Amino acid sequence: MVVREINSIKSIISPLYLFLAPALSAIFIFFFLPVVAAFLISFTDFDIYALGDFSKARFIGLRNYLALFEDPLFWTALRNTFYFVIVAGPLSIAVSLYSAILLNSKLVRFKALFRLTYFMPVVTTLVAVAIVWRFIYQPKFGILNYLLAFIGINPIDWLGEPQWAMPAIILMSIWKNFGYNMIIFIAGLQNIPQHLYEAAVIEGANRWQQFRSITLPLLAPTTLFVSIITMIGFFQLFAEPYIMTQGGPLNSTLSIVQYMYREGFRWWNMGYSAAIAFVLFIIIFIGTLFQFKIQKRAEYSWY
Amino acid sequence: MVLKNTILYVILIFIGILTITPFLWMLSASFVADGHASVYPPRFFPDKVIFDQYRNLFSRLNVAVNFFNSLFLSVTVTLISLLFNSMAGFAFAKYHFKAKNTLFKILLSSMIVPAQVTMLPLFLMLKSMGFINTYMAIIIPGMANIFGIFLIRQYVLSIPDSLIEAARIDGASDFKIYKSIILPLCKPILTTLAIFTFMGTWNDFLWPLISLTDESMYTLPVALANLMKEHTRDIELMMAGSVVTILPVLIVFMILQKYYMQGIILSGLKE
Repeated sequence: MVVREINSIKSIISPLYLFLAPALSAIFIFFFLPVVAAFLISFTDFDIYALGDFSKARFIGLRNYLALFEDPLFWTALRNTFYFVIVAGPLSIAVSLYSAILLNSKLVRFKALFRLTYFMPVVTTLVAVAIVWRFIYQPKFGILNYLLAFIGINPIDWLGEPQWAMPAIILMSIWKNFGYNMIIFIAGLQNIPQHLYEAAVIEGANRWQQFRSITLPLLAPTTLFVSIITMIGFFQLFAEPYIMTQGGPLNSTLSIVQYMYREGFRWWNMGYSAAIAFVLFIIIFIGTLFQFKIQKRAEYSWY
Repeated sequence: MVLKNTILYVILIFIGILTITPFLWMLSASFVADGHASVYPPRFFPDKVIFDQYRNLFSRLNVAVNFFNSLFLSVTVTLISLLFNSMAGFAFAKYHFKAKNTLFKILLSSMIVPAQVTMLPLFLMLKSMGFINTYMAIIIPGMANIFGIFLIRQYVLSIPDSLIEAARIDGASDFKIYKSIILPLCKPILTTLAIFTFMGTWNDFLWPLISLTDESMYTLPVALANLMKEHTRDIELMMAGSVVTILPVLIVFMILQKYYMQGIILSGLKE
């Protein structure tokens, strides 16, 4: 009996560790450890000399972070990234929700076809479509200016003018991403009981009132989730400016991640670059908490 | 009602046209001779279909190598991570151990850490191991991921314990249970995760850009970005390169779209 028990304990414990070990050790060594290491590196002057001999890196306390505060280029990158997140985030969510509501209508046929079409940009390679859009924005023969000419708008040098470059990147990002959130919204909409709308119709509520008092509140958890993943993703803006503008013109599209990449992997200022990465992390963290908070407040005001 | 319906379709078709126009133009521009895409007004159908750009890509620029890199890495990362994630997901769903919930919570909450934070130390680590500019630079960090473990755990939770207990009474070992009960039942979620991982690896840009330094090691997106720098004027060539990069993921998606969409919904609902 005792022997059997030991055997059964063995057969419970050891397979468990064998199941967990590969994934968890990979995640520990190649994810958690690097996070801690990045934190430590951000307090050193790790540079190209330390790259050959790690011991050359010295501890310099908060100096990287203090330098960031006085680095105008970092502030530019910060401002650009916030501009992108604050404008492109809500706009893309609005487009997602709008198309989800349209597709959820009982009147629509060929739903699967529309859904598939809207979703295509999501799965395609960002670098490739960024290159395509670079030419769409071409001022002389790009299709955007061609289409705008029909409604009497003069050609705009989208990626060449500092005030237009970021809007151009925002437009492209909405096109690329709205399908993803749309799918989540459609699932959320299908979970709303139909009889609520029927009751509202009986009470004489119009479309907008139904949207305000049924759809929006009941969709709140979905919206929260969508807002958070969209925000996290958008703060990591990189490939679009890298391909379409290289951060220009006049640094008007330089993003935080792009600045981090430049400092760390172009100039090998890895200590400085790690500090930038951590500031990004802190921003994303605070942003997420902030979203939870306003969402809670909004929920109270709805009921 | 009829009018309303018409308006609805007009809007839907309008959004649809906006969505596919860039693809149409890309496709059309990839089939014309040098300089034929930079015309005004823009063409959405090629004046004369020729394959010069594609021939150029594969013969002169050797894009086939990059295509192979992308394919090999995406498939390898997908297979390894599917194995590791499914084992861990199974363990988290069906085993009881002391630190389970704490461990799982730590894993989940660390999903908020942006990958960019890990890239500098990861680079140094892989460099000292001699893995920078090798396939290992992509495979190693992709071996397991928290999202995959989470997705599989959620799915395995719905498999009744009685099934596992019955197998255990029949004398099946834990690995036998994993292999012949859990994995077959997990087929839908494994398919979902496989598409996610395949596409994620195929489309990834920043990490391959950092960790692969030779043109012969580049994945397609990195090769394309590099091409962009050297051939800024060759629109038609760039469009052919974009088609070659996009087409495989688009085909995988078209075939398995049901699983892909379900995966998105699952990740959205269970959070």
